[in-house]
Amino acid sequence: MQAEQNTSGSAGDGPSVRRAFLRGVLISSPFLLVIVPFAMLFGVLATEAGMDLLTVMAFTVAVFAGSSQLTALQLMQDNAPAAVILATSLAVNLRMSMYSAALTPWLGRLSLWSRAWVAFLLVDQSYAASVAEYERNPKMSNAERLAYFFGTVVLVAPFWYLATGVGAILGAQIPPELALDFAMPLSFIALTAPMLRTIPHLVAAFTSVTLALTLTWLPWSSGILVAAITAMLAGAFTEMALEKRA
Amino acid sequence: MSYSTAEIWFLIIGLGVGTFLLRFSFLGLIGSRELPVFFQRMLRYTAVAVLPGIVAPLVLWPAAAGGELEPARLIAAVVTGALGWYLRNMLLAIVGGAVTFFLLQAFVFG
Repeated sequence: MQAEQNTSGSAGDGPSVRRAFLRGVLISSPFLLVIVPFAMLFGVLATEAGMDLLTVMAFTVAVFAGSSQLTALQLMQDNAPAAVILATSLAVNLRMSMYSAALTPWLGRLSLWSRAWVAFLLVDQSYAASVAEYERNPKMSNAERLAYFFGTVVLVAPFWYLATGVGAILGAQIPPELALDFAMPLSFIALTAPMLRTIPHLVAAFTSVTLALTLTWLPWSSGILVAAITAMLAGAFTEMALEKRA
Repeated sequence: MSYSTAEIWFLIIGLGVGTFLLRFSFLGLIGSRELPVFFQRMLRYTAVAVLPGIVAPLVLWPAAAGGELEPARLIAAVVTGALGWYLRNMLLAIVGGAVTFFLLQAFVFG
């Protein structure tokens, strides 16, 4: 509760917090266009794999991370051992710990309870939209930052759950021409393209793509992890090199 | 698929708890302590270092097309990126990319 007390001093806090929340809702609303088909895809495939509606919903609510849910499903269809399924799907989610680290300078002062909720609702979209906003407005109060973050997931989470259920119920009636699987790459491209404004950002993105495509032979899908960490280093070193030159 | 109900629930709970711990890791443990400067510098590039790497194989070798390059997906991905970059508007980028994909699928590569 410390964070709330720290920032409740100024009288203008109430409306500005509400505005931050609404800005978050607004910026995240286009995500629904891709969240809905992607969640439906999980519902369809999980049902085809033999799970009943209750199991599918428990899965999607407990994990709330689409790509790892699909990875687990894929491995289950290959009859992989449970330990391999857990390890691989969690490896897919390792990027979440990088997001967690990236949010810590901005949200680390919030109460433990608030941080736990942020963690539970931390997905690619809420992370990317929030950090972009915090960097644009470094003077936001902790309460505004938290409100903005919740704004970015207040639509995404319920629609994710709802669309999973719709996918599970409709199942195979959804035609493959809808290409539900294309929703995730589409949303990730739309999310990152506007960020490629500086040379270090471009270097990081280029490194990431190149390594991800060349390291696919690494076991347990770990190529993407190596690619991501190397790309972050490449961005940081480029930034330092440019600072020195300036 | 040959898993017992107990095994499936074990997987769901394990994946749920594990994912939460990954998300909570730094937020929960570091909290208000300062992260090292170089680490903070790296973290600025998290999104552009992670997401393009995930996207690239999905665009070039989509499982839905049997892992083969599919021109409609590739062109739609490029259109989405270009729109997002020029307009800095996610909604227009997503809509533009989706419209491009469905038009190409229906009339050009269908």
